[in-house]
Amino acid sequence: MRKFEKLTSAIVPLNIENIDTDQIIPARFLKATTREGFGENLFRDWRYNGDNTPKADFVLNNPTYSGKVLVAGKNFGCGSSREHAAWAIQDAGFDVVISSFFADIFKGNALNNGLLPIQVSEDFLAAIFAAVDKSHTAQLEVDLEQQTVTIADTGEQSSFEINPYKKSCLINGYDDIDFILNQKDLIEAFEKAR
Amino acid sequence: MSKTLVEKIWDAHVVKSEAGFPDILYIDTHLIHEVTSPQAFDGLRKRGLPVLRPQQTVATADHNVPTLNQLLPIKEELSRYQVDMLTKNCAEFGIELYGLGHPFQGIVHVIGPELGITLPGKTMVCGDSHTSTHGAFGAIAFGIGTSQVEQVFATQCLLQQKPKTMKIEVNGVLGQGVTAKDIILYIISKISAAGGTGYFIEYAGSAIEALSMEARMTICNMSIEMGARGGLIAPDQITFDYIKGREFAPAGEEWDKSLAYWKTLYSDADAQFDSVLTFEAEDIAPMITYGTNPGMGMGIRETIPATQSQPDKEQLSYEKALAYMGFEDETSLIGKPVDYVFIGSCTNSRIEDLREVAEFVKDKHKAENVTVWIVPGSKQVEQQAINEGLDKIFEQAGFQLREPGCSACLGMNEDKIPAGKYCVSTSNRNFEGRQGPDARTLLVSPLTAAAAAVTGKITDVRELLVKA
Ligand code: SF4
Repeated sequence: MRKFEKLTSAIVPLNIENIDTDQIIPARFLKATTREGFGENLFRDWRYNGDNTPKADFVLNNPTYSGKVLVAGKNFGCGSSREHAAWAIQDAGFDVVISSFFADIFKGNALNNGLLPIQVSEDFLAAIFAAVDKSHTAQLEVDLEQQTVTIADTGEQSSFEINPYKKSCLINGYDDIDFILNQKDLIEAFEKAR
Repeated sequence: MSKTLVEKIWDAHVVKSEAGFPDILYIDTHLIHEVTSPQAFDGLRKRGLPVLRPQQTVATADHNVPTLNQLLPIKEELSRYQVDMLTKNCAEFGIELYGLGHPFQGIVHVIGPELGITLPGKTMVCGDSHTSTHGAFGAIAFGIGTSQVEQVFATQCLLQQKPKTMKIEVNGVLGQGVTAKDIILYIISKISAAGGTGYFIEYAGSAIEALSMEARMTICNMSIEMGARGGLIAPDQITFDYIKGREFAPAGEEWDKSLAYWKTLYSDADAQFDSVLTFEAEDIAPMITYGTNPGMGMGIRETIPATQSQPDKEQLSYEKALAYMGFEDETSLIGKPVDYVFIGSCTNSRIEDLREVAEFVKDKHKAENVTVWIVPGSKQVEQQAINEGLDKIFEQAGFQLREPGCSACLGMNEDKIPAGKYCVSTSNRNFEGRQGPDARTLLVSPLTAAAAAVTGKITDVRELLVKA
């Protein structure tokens, strides 16, 4: 897994609630057997018409928005457990997703892939949307070590929670399997004792 | 110390618990399917690791499979490749596969219970969010992502934060025409699509205790639709009777030993839940969803809530959902013509569901304007339906009985609902495009679906039932 470092970036705003994994990556694009390439179909049905022409009014098709931070409405990533959703977001160039609420499985999947989900208050989320509304190139600073996210233009700052173990995984670029494999004796002892 | 059912099972599976770290939780059974496993197998190969306990892993092909002519090679190239990949991976890593053509093949959450693999007190996971279904037996069962599938392959364990617990009690007696599906759609409509996030939900109360295993599975299945990690129900005599004699269920001495343990699996009377909700069965009507998340549901005779009545910040999304569905504020759905009826998915494709539908449509015929697909949850369900002559009833009614798989629940195979069309569906998700690009899904119970099939429009099934 890639190591996560500090990030300063413009924002791609998606002010919609309850964005489910079927919107992030529709089921018909889950047929690949590798982790790569899902970014092409990220938000497929919002991004393209039936005849594959881009929908002009969708934010990912608007060249004035760019950046590595996706900001979305409440309850982001609800629905299926497909990790392809996290892969697609990452593959499309995002390192951070911000929302005021995340669905559990999505959050876990994101963390397991080095995609940082940041949960902020409704008010702070509204402040971010307001900042991009004002300037499409508004910058956001994410500091994982300090657990803060800052709107560069206004200086508004919010801290965020992250499990300390997961934080160290992200910063050091290691994953759960490495961690558990180090305790294999315990697993065998557990099985014997049952 | 008194414990909830979740705590009892959880604590019995903790390999290691250390402050500041998630628990290492031992997984008894790992179910896999073709869509969320290939990258996990690849990961193992890259790390040079075997599957640690292949005999605790069971595979089936369900998401991608055609529901017609299953014995012919799969036409769609990518689907075929994914299913072939599963076959290859299972052979390489020594995992039992109930693939196409096998008498045990079916939707992963249907075959686990019917084969006696799903048992009380177990920890079970699958790279699929509806793994919560298995909780109906009093198991801790939840969906995981592909990285975690790899984790369980490699270690038979998962790093997991102990979940919060919620108790949802439903008391009283259900009215005629009201089923388990209506209970769960009702609960989700009350607490919203995110109302259970972070929790494991235990369902209890007299209305739950009165349900069959199939009905309990329907309830636990949709726990994820309110964001919960899982849902479960304490095992009782109904559970034990269902399990006894199934293919892989314990037998003889093993049975007695297991049963003694299973009988200890309940929440202690004074156990503390982080949250408790109570509902009355009498308040529940046949339900239908009108929007694009399962929380957007209402009693079938109600009218769609006004956009103005929604929280300010959510009005935009709400409006967008209604526009997608082609519905308007404060209108009733009764009498609205439908195009497709889909009876299937891991929520409602068990033999009991098919029996209920068959009994209702006996001597009736579908309306001209609808296409009706019945997709059994497994080969065994299909066989049983044929043995009981249900296939004949469906045929006479103009319903198409297809072969088992996920089918139009997620439209990964050919079974897609065309753009703009309305599908009354017994599945679990009404997300935009879930059943095909721009398809419109209305979630209902099998009975309400059957009523729509017969009348060709949205109907309160109670009007068609002979008064009991
Ligand atoms: S039937 Fe639908 S919900 Fe169930 S496992 Fe298949 S795709 Fe998922």
